[in-house]
Amino acid sequence: MKTSVYAAVSAVALTVAAPALAEPQAEVLHWWTSGGEAKSVAVLQEEFAANGGTWTDMPVAGGGGDAAMTALRARVLSGNAPTAVQLKGPAIQEWYEEGVLADISAVAEAEGWADVLPASIAGHMKCEGNWCAAPVNVHRVDWIWANADVLAANGIDMPTSWDAFNAAADKLMAAGITPLAHGGQAWQDATVFEAVALGILGAEGFHKAFVELDMDTLKSDEMKAVFDQMRKMRGYVDDNFSGRDWNLATAMVMNGEAAFQIMGDWAKGEFLAAGKEPGKDFLCASTPGDGFLYNVDSFAMFDVDGDDKEAGQQLLAKLIVGKNFQKVFNLNKGSIPARTDVALDEFDSCAHLSAKDMSESSENGSLLPSYAHGMALRGAQSGAITDVVTAHFNSDMSSDDAVQMLADAVANSM
Amino acid sequence: MTDLALSPPLSRPWGRLALRWLLFTLLGVFALFYLMPLFVMVTTSLKSLEEIRTGSLIAFPREVTFEAWKTAWSGACTGIQCEGLRPYFWNSVVLAIPAVLISTFVGAMNGYVIAQWRFRGANLIFSLLLFGCFIPFQVVLLPMARMLGILGLAGSIPGLIFVHVIYGIGFTTLFFRNYYVTIPSELVKAAKVDGAGFFRIFWSIFLPLSLPIVVVTVIWQFTQIWNDFLFGVSFSQAGTQPVTVALNNIVNSTTGVKEYNVDMAAAIIAALPTLIVYVVAGKYFIRGLTAGSVKG
Amino acid sequence: MTEWLERHVPKMVLAPSFVAVLIFVYGFIIWTAWVSLTRSRLLPKYEIEGFIQYERLFASPRWDTAMSNLVVFGVLFIVIAMVLGLLLAILLDQNIRTEGALRTIYLYPMALSMIVTGTAWKWIMNPGLGIENMVRGWGFENFSFDWIIDPDMAIYAVVIAGIWQSSGFVMALFLAGLRSVDGEIIKAAQVDGIPTWRIYSAIIIPSMAPIFLSAFIVLAHLAIKSFDLVIALTGGGPGYATDLPATYMYAMAFSRGDIGQAASSAMVMMAVVFAIVVPYLYSELRAKRD
Repeated sequence: MKTSVYAAVSAVALTVAAPALAEPQAEVLHWWTSGGEAKSVAVLQEEFAANGGTWTDMPVAGGGGDAAMTALRARVLSGNAPTAVQLKGPAIQEWYEEGVLADISAVAEAEGWADVLPASIAGHMKCEGNWCAAPVNVHRVDWIWANADVLAANGIDMPTSWDAFNAAADKLMAAGITPLAHGGQAWQDATVFEAVALGILGAEGFHKAFVELDMDTLKSDEMKAVFDQMRKMRGYVDDNFSGRDWNLATAMVMNGEAAFQIMGDWAKGEFLAAGKEPGKDFLCASTPGDGFLYNVDSFAMFDVDGDDKEAGQQLLAKLIVGKNFQKVFNLNKGSIPARTDVALDEFDSCAHLSAKDMSESSENGSLLPSYAHGMALRGAQSGAITDVVTAHFNSDMSSDDAVQMLADAVANSM
Repeated sequence: MTDLALSPPLSRPWGRLALRWLLFTLLGVFALFYLMPLFVMVTTSLKSLEEIRTGSLIAFPREVTFEAWKTAWSGACTGIQCEGLRPYFWNSVVLAIPAVLISTFVGAMNGYVIAQWRFRGANLIFSLLLFGCFIPFQVVLLPMARMLGILGLAGSIPGLIFVHVIYGIGFTTLFFRNYYVTIPSELVKAAKVDGAGFFRIFWSIFLPLSLPIVVVTVIWQFTQIWNDFLFGVSFSQAGTQPVTVALNNIVNSTTGVKEYNVDMAAAIIAALPTLIVYVVAGKYFIRGLTAGSVKG
Repeated sequence: MTEWLERHVPKMVLAPSFVAVLIFVYGFIIWTAWVSLTRSRLLPKYEIEGFIQYERLFASPRWDTAMSNLVVFGVLFIVIAMVLGLLLAILLDQNIRTEGALRTIYLYPMALSMIVTGTAWKWIMNPGLGIENMVRGWGFENFSFDWIIDPDMAIYAVVIAGIWQSSGFVMALFLAGLRSVDGEIIKAAQVDGIPTWRIYSAIIIPSMAPIFLSAFIVLAHLAIKSFDLVIALTGGGPGYATDLPATYMYAMAFSRGDIGQAASSAMVMMAVVFAIVVPYLYSELRAKRD
């Protein structure tokens, strides 16, 4: 009680007194640079400015944040860390262990984050019991998108099992339509792989394999079945998939060249941008199997000197988890809010489905971190798995060999 | 320039003509090969997004629009600011010009010493400098970041200039040394007899002779520094990011909608300074190389 | 005093560069060697753990791919770029009226960074979008150019783009070399009725030996440092079929937070550079001391 009162008082003191004492300053390192994303982040900047803060933008795109992480390391080593950084997954805890993250528990407790965030997502935001990052959104990864007209014309329903998917795909092949739109980049291969793995291994098996790195599960027959299915998926992809950007694959679904795409819900943004309607022009469903793979974007605050910057961090953290930003940002981005008490009236049907599944899976323990998007494992380990997945997908490697390679690669990455 | 057209004086005219045609065909085919990417970039930048989605990529635009160029220069989002490449372009100019000038000057002085003022160990030092050309830049990022922090140059333009000068020393020294080595050492000896000192000799004898190699070095360094991304992204902060970083932000956004026409226009804009340098100074480049830098 | 100064000025002029290179090249190599012996992950650590990173490196199939790619890429890139550069230089040296324009066309790729040209190349080589599609559209249904999507051939696609970028520079070097060959000797040979191709192969090309060496060094350093090229063109794919040591190292250090591993790969790369460059420096500097 005492601490929370203290925290509340200090947070109020900060927000009220900060403009007079030290103007909140924040240099924000992020990799949201496309038009739609930039608009989403600009919402945060405007709120920040409205509260008297000065936002300095430090965008670095490329490689899903690789370039930004390069810049971050250089900045931290030179003793010139940015104020706030887009970071996610276990990387947050890794940076904390290096002793460079700031503690934002005061804001988190004052704002009551613990009450509004699902427990497993809140867990990612804590370092040794302290709050060290603020969540922005929840992307669901295990989505399957489909062209409604193509499915209707071929008499196909959204598949609810991988066998049903295979049957549908064979039918589409016979009709001369590419069953699966896919881009052959390592992270996209991994995205399909983890959706398949979730379906075949089940939530518990997925957790054992990709969170605990349990050797028996990694070498199990079920894992072989996962690779078998991946081999089938390879046959459902068109010839030119190599190196294709994910949004071009989405475009294939949009214009009917292909029927399905397995991709996180940022793909929805592409459909919407092209003026397509969910439920009418395109369909969304979770990939076959139970569970929910989440990819949560978040911001971590780095240790910086100066009252103005610290005030900036407090204010930024507060605004990021604030209801307004959570709503506006996620409407733009295709994801759903991380906090569960935001009204979803303005969101579309796919987002409603996502929110419903999230709360259900949160209760039955099948709310799981995405390995392919760096939520489940340290970079070295998830990278080692992806190496095997993409090598298998792009060659004629047998499932037995793939499983052995997987076990070796994981062991070698420790 | 010596005229070296090697046509045997006794060839039959028909054979010569056929050869001539073959020559031009070959040159033309190669020219097409080299121009192809530029063609794709330019035509794509002049198309509308709609046309790119529907049409062939290797085709002339049906309808030419300069909209993408305008967006790339002053409206594309590189973060929350949607001001295009313009602000970053200036950073690159402010960074590249001093870095090129300083590293060229340092290379000239070093080359002068190593070629004309030999002392014991000079060759060893030259080898050590040269080996520096070969260090992969990914290797030096992290320790360099630490050093810049210690020097108080982290995230600043002077810091970036410093880095580019350091890693330019190897090549600039190589260029000037190989050039000055062809100048007879009697020149220095005679000047010394006349009482001229180290700097006098450099200013009044070597510098006036150096134009060709200065051109080569400036072109080389300018290309390297202007096109650098790795140092630019690692050692900059908000406000000091060079144009390559902004270009990368436009081109390589991961989960957003891609505007290929803007990407291509931005790419060409970012490359314009180096392109202009090559087009304008290309002749001097060959001349400079001819004048000795490659003679070994 | 002034005499002492006069005598030592050359050394003092050279000293800053020398010290800088000592620190920023050799110091950093030693630093990397040290880190390669540690368990560094996200940020460098300095407790020595032995050769564990090298063991991991040599157990990694991806590193094997990267090294064999370096051999394939390096050899083809250097040889073809040199041959093509020489050929272009000879062709251009035949009193061509449009030489200036052609030279600029051959040379301009050097001015562009691969971040810029990568996308264009990606499209051109993509079978569904680029050349294959275009040629099939002309009626040659069996035409196939799909190297970039074939894991066994993709590295050759990278070679093509690499050659496109660098052969113009080599052409410039050779063109300069051709222009500085002594005209008298050639005239004498022509008077003797020696055929043109013999004049090239027996007189001109041998006299350009130092240029071959310079071109080799420039190309070798580009090959070893090749990074943007692969990232922009294939991203290392399909799978990791076009990974090179530089991209491997970057992936380990910056996207995977495995700095110890990256440092060990950097040391192996450096050993390769050393094996190539030191013999060159040796011969170069010995030959120059006349």
